[in-house]
Amino acid sequence: MKETDIKTLLYAHFLCIFSVILSVLIPSFFVENFSVLDTHLTWLCVCSLFVTAINLVLYLVSKPNASSKRSSLSHKVTRFLKCCIYFLVSCFIFHVIFVLYGAPLIELVLETFLFAVILSTFTTVPCLCLLGPNLKAWLRVFSKNGVTSIWENSLQITTISSFLGAWLGAFPIPLDWERPWQVWPISCTLGATFGYVAGLVISPLWIYWNRKQLTYKNN
Amino acid sequence: VTDSFSCLTRMRKVSVLLFLAWVCFLFYAGITLFTSGFLLTRLELTNYSSCQEPPGPVFLPWGSQGKPGACWMPSRFSRVVLTLIDALRFDFAQPQHSHMPGEPPASLPFLGKLGSLQRLLETRPHHTRLYRSKVDPPTTTMQRLKALTTGSLPTFIDAGSNFASHAILEDNLIKQLNSAGRRIVFMGDDTWKDLFPGAFSKAFFFSSFNVKDLHTVDSGILEHLYPTMDSGEWDVLIAHFLGVDHCGHKHGPHHPEMAKKLSQMDQVIQGLVEHLENDTLLVVAGDHGMTMNGDHGGDSELEVSAALFLYSPTALFPGAPPEEPEVIPQVSLVPTLALLLGLPIPFGNIGEVMAEVFSGGKDSSALAQASALHLNAQQVSRFLHTYAAATQDLEVKELHRLQNLFSKASADYQRLLQSPPGTEAALQTVITELQQFLRGARAMCIESWARFSLVRMAGGAALLAATCFLCLLASQWAASPAFPFHSLLLTPVVWAIVGASLYAGLLTMTRLQVELVVLEAAAAVGSLLPFLWKAWGSWRSKRPLAALLPIPKPVLLLLLIRLATFFSDSFVVAEARATPFLLGSFILLLVVQLHWEGQLLAPKLLTVPRLGSSTPTGPPRHSGAYALRLGIGLLLCTRLAGLFHRCPEETPACHSSPWLSPLASMVGGPAKNLWYGACVGALVALLVAVRLWLRHYGNLKSPEPPVLFVRWGLPLMVLGTAAYWALVSGADEAPPRLRALVAGASVVLPRAVVGLAAAGLMLLLWKPVTVLVKAGAGTPRTRTILTPFSGPPTSQADLDYVVPQIYRHMQEEFRGRLERTRSQGPLTVAACQLGSVYSAAVVTVLTLLAFPLLLLHVERISLAFLLLFLQSFLLLHLLAAGMPITTPGPFTVPWQAVSAWALMATQTFYSTGHQPVFPAIHWHAAFVGFPEGHGSSTWLPALLVGANTFASHLLFAVGCPLLLLWPFLCESQRPRKRRQPPGSEAEARVWPEEEEEEEEPLMEMRLRDAPHHFNAALLQLGLKYLFVLGVQILACALAASILRRHLMVWKVFAPKFIFEAIGFIVSSVGLLLGIALVMRVDGAVSSWFKKLVLAQQR
Ligand SMILES: [Zn+2]
Ligand SMILES: [Zn+2]
Repeated sequence: MKETDIKTLLYAHFLCIFSVILSVLIPSFFVENFSVLDTHLTWLCVCSLFVTAINLVLYLVSKPNASSKRSSLSHKVTRFLKCCIYFLVSCFIFHVIFVLYGAPLIELVLETFLFAVILSTFTTVPCLCLLGPNLKAWLRVFSKNGVTSIWENSLQITTISSFLGAWLGAFPIPLDWERPWQVWPISCTLGATFGYVAGLVISPLWIYWNRKQLTYKNN
Repeated sequence: VTDSFSCLTRMRKVSVLLFLAWVCFLFYAGITLFTSGFLLTRLELTNYSSCQEPPGPVFLPWGSQGKPGACWMPSRFSRVVLTLIDALRFDFAQPQHSHMPGEPPASLPFLGKLGSLQRLLETRPHHTRLYRSKVDPPTTTMQRLKALTTGSLPTFIDAGSNFASHAILEDNLIKQLNSAGRRIVFMGDDTWKDLFPGAFSKAFFFSSFNVKDLHTVDSGILEHLYPTMDSGEWDVLIAHFLGVDHCGHKHGPHHPEMAKKLSQMDQVIQGLVEHLENDTLLVVAGDHGMTMNGDHGGDSELEVSAALFLYSPTALFPGAPPEEPEVIPQVSLVPTLALLLGLPIPFGNIGEVMAEVFSGGKDSSALAQASALHLNAQQVSRFLHTYAAATQDLEVKELHRLQNLFSKASADYQRLLQSPPGTEAALQTVITELQQFLRGARAMCIESWARFSLVRMAGGAALLAATCFLCLLASQWAASPAFPFHSLLLTPVVWAIVGASLYAGLLTMTRLQVELVVLEAAAAVGSLLPFLWKAWGSWRSKRPLAALLPIPKPVLLLLLIRLATFFSDSFVVAEARATPFLLGSFILLLVVQLHWEGQLLAPKLLTVPRLGSSTPTGPPRHSGAYALRLGIGLLLCTRLAGLFHRCPEETPACHSSPWLSPLASMVGGPAKNLWYGACVGALVALLVAVRLWLRHYGNLKSPEPPVLFVRWGLPLMVLGTAAYWALVSGADEAPPRLRALVAGASVVLPRAVVGLAAAGLMLLLWKPVTVLVKAGAGTPRTRTILTPFSGPPTSQADLDYVVPQIYRHMQEEFRGRLERTRSQGPLTVAACQLGSVYSAAVVTVLTLLAFPLLLLHVERISLAFLLLFLQSFLLLHLLAAGMPITTPGPFTVPWQAVSAWALMATQTFYSTGHQPVFPAIHWHAAFVGFPEGHGSSTWLPALLVGANTFASHLLFAVGCPLLLLWPFLCESQRPRKRRQPPGSEAEARVWPEEEEEEEEPLMEMRLRDAPHHFNAALLQLGLKYLFVLGVQILACALAASILRRHLMVWKVFAPKFIFEAIGFIVSSVGLLLGIALVMRVDGAVSSWFKKLVLAQQR
């Protein structure tokens, strides 16, 4: 493992954080009375779009899977469609899990679904970019000794921290502080976002500190 | 053959049970010590006021002392009619006026029904007043009656004793009336009989217990009311109507029945007014209000605002009533009535006279008010003085300030009396000063009767914490092979006796009173300290300190989060939603952990494809979909169980599940029938599931009585329950000639079900081993297996060694027969059912317990019970998937299993429609099987209501040993799962397929292989469960003590602590019972084997 790899990872993560910050700032130039809390759904969409876009750009620039065989256009198209389907399926699965966890079933369906979308954006989209629509690879990355590169390692960390953030975000909901951000699902989406950003910051640092211990099987 | 060795194992079992019982005792001691310091206590003074002893120097302005019939003050009325309408909330009596012409009148059934009050208020403003009386919590009838007669402040500890009334010892109005020789006639609620035994010259008592009965009490009163009034043989007439309250409990205030009941009360008031004579005062009062659901007991706004209405045929008030009725404390009625009737104010009264009432009459109204207030203030001052001398409850500084205030006001009042009358402004200042004093005194009393004994609270919490630590330590220690079972038994008990006797001796030497709570605590500490010291020493010498916290980190985190929620009132209120969330997190954590450790997926999926050289540790025991399915199923069940949610009072936006009301409250029609069908379906499904499970493990084959009971008794219980529900839900629709039959059946059926369950339990305890010995003594002995010895087994060690051999031998024998005749597959069952002998007994007991408990709930909770069984079944499977079996022992139950189990018990408490607050208790459970009430018996209804409330605690605690047993039970499925091709061939026969395995799964017989480890595992399981419950009660106690000045302490934290404490006691008893049951089965299995060996020898 080289120091340059970690540096690249750090820059890529800075770009991702930057996209989240932009999603807060840019819409206020176009939409009147825009704020993260008041027009929360708009922000969710924008944030999801921005993060997805940056991930795609990073993917196109760095091409992590470039070593594999050159593929035809039709192969690329089916691969892209597959990715889209995977993304949608993951949104629905998250939605179902939220409902099982106690989210309202009938009311606030749009809010719950958009929360599922943003969580998918933070977790599924990077997985798709890095690993492709390959469920086996995903399962491998998220098991004990499954990571094979710092990219996968950072993917593991950001994904877990996004989930943790979303989970922790549910805790303020019952409190009687009567703040606007305690409404479902705002605290959870904010938690997921903070978790994602925290994961982006932590993972390069963690990898840097543990670079002596980390030995990947294919490196 | 009983010898020293088998005696030893029995001793070991007994010592495990005794040790667990001792740990429970330590917890109980901590809980009682804490409770004695935390729950409010107030000293009841037995001083009495009397006419001859005025509360202070007399300064009545007109020398009215000499008047006949005058006591502290001349009486205004010679007679009073006190009409108590139980649970008459203020808005029930509130006049409904000022409608816009086009606006439709309010349509709520309880609004505007007391028209006569409104008419009187409008037509005779100088005779009438309506007040909003502010009630002190707890708003239970008995506490309110105490307050309404003594003028004092019944404390929280009384709230639970609604079943056991006691005579009032403090000075009260009734006593004063008696000593003044007035004749009191009472009619109505029989709570008064217990409170004031023998105080009435004539009384008509009616039972208050049956809250389903709306009319008996009221009709009874009406029968006697007017004749008594007209007879004139009374001075004070008290009528306590219960219909409104019972209607609230049965239907809620929003039911049309409430309108009828209130209209009836309106007619009563109307009638009373017509029968009233000029010297009589009419008081109509509610003792408390009711919540939106019609319950009471807490301190929500709707519960604490009651109506109070005064009417006098002669003009009483100087002006017209204010637009918005005045708010006064409820206890104000006591001094007011006392002075109006010319009686002394009861000694312990802290109420303030309603000055307005004393303004009539010939003298200056302000002067009359001031004199009444002054008498009142003198009385309160005297009371404070006496009380402060008797205890150290009251805050000295505040007391001093109040005394100064009183002396100043008193001096001002005296000075005014010397000066010529008419100085209105000066009078007003005196009145204000006196009122300030009275209000200050009241506030101080409220404040200081909510004061705690910090020493005891800290001691109790410390004892709880130390016991938790002991559990942690001992559960670690029990796993080590050198665990000293025998010294465990004796040492603590000896030390307990030493500690207790030392303390008692110390106290008798100093001639102080021995208090049971402290004695208990001393015994607990005396036995705890040496044990901890010893355990700590021997433990530390062997292991590093870091292993002290053996709980895995994620589990520890979840546990800590759960404990932290006890410190937030919002989270305690929202616990019903927070617990399923935590449980869901737990479940997903378990699944993810399985995946993370590579136990969920085939290894080829997890290796890096390009290299393919690495090999993960061990093959997975399950297919990935299996654990995932279990997890999803559990989440689904948890979410469905949340549908039976009951809302706490604090969240008005939340709506309680409509399924928590009994079917009887539904208006008939197909919906009701459908629901009834669903409930019976849930019952049948539960029964079928249990029977299928038992059959799967071959426990339904033998002709033993318990098996016969499971086959025939359980369906009978289902039938009885279904029939009872049919009767109860349709009782109102039954034709009149069948009424008697229905009533009789609704008494007999529940008792029959309970009797059946008890019989089943007895049978099971009598013969817990239900093994089919078809292939017993008569089999030809082709292979000799009992090699190590000849002759009967001489020692337990021999027996322990030989038992697995017999077991294997039997299996071999059956296999041999099977090869000869393939068709006789089920014969192996005889051997296999031994493999599930423990868990079969536990599951049967759980089922037998579940049916009577279900009977105490409303019908639709049967669905929640079905979910409960399903959920725990899935959870056990999921946990078993992550638990490795260490073949020769030691066996352990991991922390996550115990924590998840405890969490699920809490979740079930909520999903069966409970909340940890007093108004939410399902009182109707006391009438199951006793529709007419219980007479004077108090323990039986308390038991029934308790069983209803803590059903989930009991079930989960008794079922706790399943956590240990289940992985062994699942052993039989594991090989099959592995060998199954993905196509999954149709499995016609389960058992023959298993025959092809090289070795039969021993299942639970593995536990018998190592009796020492088995006992240690049971001890460890018990300790771990007690630890998880113990830290919960510790957290509750700490929260209640740290937040004791919190606004919500009486509303949220104190009830939570009480419920948690009782839940702990129920759980610990259930746990002991469950473990004892497993040990009983173990003993029976031992003797079964012994018999078999003897038979083979012959
Ligand atoms: Zn009442
Ligand atoms: Zn009541």
